[in-house]
Amino acid sequence: MTTAIAVKDVTKTYASGAAAVQALAGVTMAVSHGEVALLMGPSGSGKTTLLSIMGCILRPTSGFVQVCGRDVSGLSEAKLPAVRLQHIGFIFQGFNLFPTLTAGENVELSLDLKGVRAGLAKSRSRELLDAVGLTKKYDSFPADLSGGEKQRVAIARALAGDPQVILADEPTAALDSHSGRTVMEILRTLARQRDRAVVLVTHDNRLLEFADRIIRIEDGKIMPSPIPYEATISGADAPDYSSINPTPHG
Amino acid sequence: MASLAWRNLFHDKVRFAVTLTGVVFAIVLIVVQLGLFIGFTTTTSNVIDHSNADLWVVSKGVQYFDAGVPVSERKLYQVMSTPGIIKAEKYIVRFSRWKRPDGAEENVIVIGFNPDTSMGGPWNLTVGHVKDLKAADTVFIDEFYREKLGVTHLGQVVEINGYRARIVGYTRGIRSFTTSPFIFTSFKNALNYGRLINEDQTIYIMAKAAAGADLAKLKRQLSARVTNVDIFTTAEFSRSTQFYWMLTTGAGIAVLIAALMGLIVGVVVVAQTIYATTMDHLREFGTLKAMGAPNGYIYRVIIKQAIMSAIIGYAVGMAISAVVIRISQKGGAAIRMPWPMAVAMFGLTLAMCIGASIVSIKKVTTIDPAMVFKG
Ligand SMILES: Nc1ncnc2c1ncn2[C@@H]1O[C@H](COP(=O)(O)OP(=O)(O)OP(=O)(O)O)[C@@H](O)[C@H]1O
Ligand SMILES: [Mg+2]
Repeated sequence: MTTAIAVKDVTKTYASGAAAVQALAGVTMAVSHGEVALLMGPSGSGKTTLLSIMGCILRPTSGFVQVCGRDVSGLSEAKLPAVRLQHIGFIFQGFNLFPTLTAGENVELSLDLKGVRAGLAKSRSRELLDAVGLTKKYDSFPADLSGGEKQRVAIARALAGDPQVILADEPTAALDSHSGRTVMEILRTLARQRDRAVVLVTHDNRLLEFADRIIRIEDGKIMPSPIPYEATISGADAPDYSSINPTPHG
Repeated sequence: MASLAWRNLFHDKVRFAVTLTGVVFAIVLIVVQLGLFIGFTTTTSNVIDHSNADLWVVSKGVQYFDAGVPVSERKLYQVMSTPGIIKAEKYIVRFSRWKRPDGAEENVIVIGFNPDTSMGGPWNLTVGHVKDLKAADTVFIDEFYREKLGVTHLGQVVEINGYRARIVGYTRGIRSFTTSPFIFTSFKNALNYGRLINEDQTIYIMAKAAAGADLAKLKRQLSARVTNVDIFTTAEFSRSTQFYWMLTTGAGIAVLIAALMGLIVGVVVVAQTIYATTMDHLREFGTLKAMGAPNGYIYRVIIKQAIMSAIIGYAVGMAISAVVIRISQKGGAAIRMPWPMAVAMFGLTLAMCIGASIVSIKKVTTIDPAMVFKG
């Protein structure tokens, strides 16, 4: 397995007025192609910050970021959009679909950004919506879709540019458990079959079974060994989740 | 795929209607005010522009058509004998009093020209011939002023400055900028109708130059020969007259200010609605940025919205303006929209809408794509 995305010694300090907040205090981690990594930790621990830095949306205060073998830490602000466009697909808790565009057009927009011409974008967008089981919703507006459907459109959109890395911040938090599972299965299949790296932030223990690896973060630091949520609460010995072989879900 | 700009623009129909109203309102306001300005401006120099003359010899210091001062007719011969001048005529433009059949009096401007020449006479004749003015005591008036002057029929006899005058023809669309109508008559009659003018005097001398003559050179030669006069080319006299009425009297300034206000109101309304639309879609623009769209891509979306608003607003605004202009032609005001102005209006509308979107573009530049992860 080759490394898709890696950060090394990354720190992030938010300078908010007089008080500076250190959100990340030296984080080193890597996620490989074909891997689903869960980023877990208490509120305010720096998960979103880390995800934003990996996604080249935020620049670290110090440290290195490597995306698909390319060191992007030294890139200027103006060059980062191109890295995002080429390598990274984002999925958001709030879906962030364009309400004035249909499901199909939301996906096409992403292709348009990449410079795919309209005719091709149309057929690609149909394929992508087919792949997430929304063949019939091509012409529906986001307002007429359920939460789960919206998130699947968002996934189709994130995949439109065929990125190597998918970053998702609490993608299932706004969904019922059934929709959440559907979304997770799509992401896992993507990692398995298409060898993509998937990093997702979650608070939801029910997603543990979909993970190849769990990265725990607290106070801006990665915990040395992955500890399941229950273990921290009960204080019991932590089972080694890194060796978990997730069972395919039917 | 329908573009994002298009969808954003039309998604909220009410907001789009407001944007459109702003653009249309501004366009109609500007067209009407500028059209009035152009209409007034051309009206002030109407007779000069239709005079067929090349050069005007006026008493020293005269700046505009309606305020000529008598000069000796001897200057006519000095003008005629200047090499390069092929024809010169005396020309009277003079305020006078017109007595309506009911006894009421109106101010008029008597224009006396030589009916044997093609210089300085009436045009757009609807009834009668210029030659009819060779008969004694005959005048032409414009149809537009018939009521004002109390004229009910052709051949009617009225009094101008105490002298008999018979209406032998009508023109259409020859309006004067002041409230005093033009009365076309022969130079001879005008000596009676125009007040305070002696037989051996004229107000203007109009001259025709030989074909291909250098007017600037002719002007210099005339200045050297004829004393105590100013020499204008027809274009110069026209401009000088327009300048006087539109700028010196302030009549034009008010109209221009109104046009400017139309522009400002338009920019503000359009800016406000485009800005509101942008604010509505801020999260989406943030998402676009997160997805890797460069700022330029988002600017294009916003500018496209502005251009679409401009095009639709222009079409509707011009249609309404055309109706307003049509209506105005029946009334006293002459709103004019020559085609270069219509073209310029399109440019102005585009500039207005794009200018109005600059605030939005500035706003978008400041969007932090990290916002997309915030609830
Ligand atoms: N833009 C910002 N300016 C200042 N401080 C910030 C900013 N964003 C985050 N922080 C602070 O940085 C720390 C980490 O925030 P972050 O959003 O990464 O946490 P998180 O793990 O995603 O939390 P949650 O689970 O609640 O989403 C917090 O203390 C937060 O208050
Ligand atoms: Mg977070």
